[in-house]
Amino acid sequence: MSKISVQHLNLWYGEKHALKDTNLEIEENKITAFIGPSGCGKSTFLKTLNRMQDYVKGVRIEGLVSLDGEDIFGKGVDPTLLRKKVGMVFQQPNPFPMSVYDNVAYGPRIHGIKNKKKLDEIVEKSLKSAALYDEIKDRLHSSALGLSGGQQQRLCIARTLAVEPEVILLDEPTSALDPISTSKIEDLLMELKDKYTIVIVTHNMQQASRIADKTAFFLHGEIIEYGDTEKIFSFPEDKRTEDYITGRFG
Amino acid sequence: MREQYNEDLKKLNDMLVEMGNLVEISLEKSKKAFKEQDKTLAEDIVRGDQSINNLEHDIEALCFKLMLRQQPVATDLRVIATALKVVTDLERIGDQAADISEMSLSFNGKYPYKTVEHIPTMMKVCREMVHEAIRAYVTKDLERGKRADAMDDQVDVLFSEVKAEIVEILKEGKENIDDCLNYLIIAKYLERIGDHATNIYEWLEFLMTGELENTQ
Amino acid sequence: MTSITAKKTRISDNILLALIGICTFFSAALIVVIIVYVFSKGIPFFKFKDLISPQSALTNPNGLLGNIINTLYIILGTLLLACPIGIGGAIYLNEYAKNKKFVEAVSFATEVLSGIPSIIFGLFGMIFFGELLGFKYSILTGCFTLTLLILPIIIRSTQTALASVPESYREAARGLGATKWYMIHTVILPSCLPGILTGVILAMGRIIAESAALLFTAGSAYLMPRDFFSHFLESGGTLTIQLYIAMTNAQYGQAFVIGMILIVLIFLMNALAKWITKHFDVNTKE
Repeated sequence: MSKISVQHLNLWYGEKHALKDTNLEIEENKITAFIGPSGCGKSTFLKTLNRMQDYVKGVRIEGLVSLDGEDIFGKGVDPTLLRKKVGMVFQQPNPFPMSVYDNVAYGPRIHGIKNKKKLDEIVEKSLKSAALYDEIKDRLHSSALGLSGGQQQRLCIARTLAVEPEVILLDEPTSALDPISTSKIEDLLMELKDKYTIVIVTHNMQQASRIADKTAFFLHGEIIEYGDTEKIFSFPEDKRTEDYITGRFG
Repeated sequence: MREQYNEDLKKLNDMLVEMGNLVEISLEKSKKAFKEQDKTLAEDIVRGDQSINNLEHDIEALCFKLMLRQQPVATDLRVIATALKVVTDLERIGDQAADISEMSLSFNGKYPYKTVEHIPTMMKVCREMVHEAIRAYVTKDLERGKRADAMDDQVDVLFSEVKAEIVEILKEGKENIDDCLNYLIIAKYLERIGDHATNIYEWLEFLMTGELENTQ
Repeated sequence: MTSITAKKTRISDNILLALIGICTFFSAALIVVIIVYVFSKGIPFFKFKDLISPQSALTNPNGLLGNIINTLYIILGTLLLACPIGIGGAIYLNEYAKNKKFVEAVSFATEVLSGIPSIIFGLFGMIFFGELLGFKYSILTGCFTLTLLILPIIIRSTQTALASVPESYREAARGLGATKWYMIHTVILPSCLPGILTGVILAMGRIIAESAALLFTAGSAYLMPRDFFSHFLESGGTLTIQLYIAMTNAQYGQAFVIGMILIVLIFLMNALAKWITKHFDVNTKE
């Protein structure tokens, strides 16, 4: 069974129809990549999956998104609990202006963990999972803003991991990073997929082809093609997918 | 968009067409050299094989350049990957054509071309098969490719017949044993040429459908 | 090809540059002249004992301690009232209020409020807090009145500070499942604290400088407090009020001394504001 199931999802920003009858099954413990030109709706789609769209003014959503079979727009749903399960990492590394430790402990503290020893454990474990611990273990209590861009982004991943999510959404997580930091994050995602379901929006098609198991191509608010990454990149079925991935997009 | 890339891909296609033509000509000439025991023509073919080899190198270099600079995906990826494989098969066909013509100069009998009855047929079928496979590949005609592929069975049958014939000739002791072995080797070359033509068809199939058969 | 060494001098550029230079010089010079003048007039009359004893016809007719203490009372009282209301209001307006029209109306009202001459606040404070609510001439009436006066400053500066918090902090906090209030008090307020504090300090400056709104509300008494809390209900004049009174009595010496003290105080406040922005700004700390 798929982890997240999206059926007939439509989304409007005011008058603008930003997602048009999109359907997608996101599989567990796989990396799913969303590709497509700017403004095609891929980030919009991603942000719908943990209801970050709730904060956008004038947004209207129709359709069904279910996580493990539960409707995320359902009546009794607490968006904060949803976001504990479906974490998010953003394009620009956005650590809070506080220490490395407090950044990672932020999520657990929201969800009521106060015990110092427990927090220490979580922080260490999360930083280790994000392959950052060894680099910054001596700087846990200095400001996170002093880290390099790549370290900050891995810190943001660690911060997301600290709340023990099941799904991690990443919105172009490496577009602001240099190639080395990018490959570190890619390696990390490949490791994390054993435990988490990962959905990544990327502008970098090589990145999608390197790390994703599944790829969905978005265009003008529609999902044009969705399938195994190797299939999409070697033999796309739709002409528009082919034109986009081969760089012949008009 | 991607003008240089498109130009390079077109150039790649042109080079493949050119190489296909050269291989066909070489094969045709080697048939003639064998048939007419034409020493000059045979030497010509061996020289001609060098230009096929050179073209193979150029195509490979262009493919590597395209992979390096353009990171091809989708159709482009398949075009370039199959080009790399197909040139190898073409080059082998060229080699074998040259080997046949080289070998055909060493016969002593009067009409070596007709001594083994099925060799001329086999040459004709192989010649036809290679032609069809190459044409199918450059015109991206899957149906035509299938027809070429079907001819391989014919080539295999002919090879067994040639083998039986040679065994018969040897038993009768009518011919020089050396010559007989050379006939067999020529037949084997022809059979290999058939296999390479099949490969070309299989790469065409991958190019068009994205599916990989068990290519040899 | 044109050479890059053919540098041209543009006359119009030079004229403009000269004009800008002159303007800068005048504004700087003006400040220096005022400060030097006030100090040169004040220093001959300055006595340290004036700072540590209250005004008394018997012991020290020029004592300022009562006024200094009143000033502190007014600052403390007003900030205690205005900060929670102003900061809380700004948080509501920026973070919670959904009705855009309402937010705009309130912003418009605060703008108007900040443009009203302070004597009108004085009049209102005297009638409303003094008479109607019965606080009479007292420091508390003064605090209430000044609260109205500085509320726009605090609301405005807090709103600006809140708006300057990067959207990415909010996204990150929401993405981790933080509720709104949790996000506000753990991330947003700490990161805009310098902006808010700067606003509060500006407001303090305004309190120190104010006279018109206090004259008819807090009065002009200069006695020492007898009790910490009950002093709020007694009349008390600030340094600025005392300066006003000194001038009306033609005691220019004392007026310049107070002027000097006020300039130093304002200077210290500004320095404090700078220091706070620098040292409490979590966004630039590494």
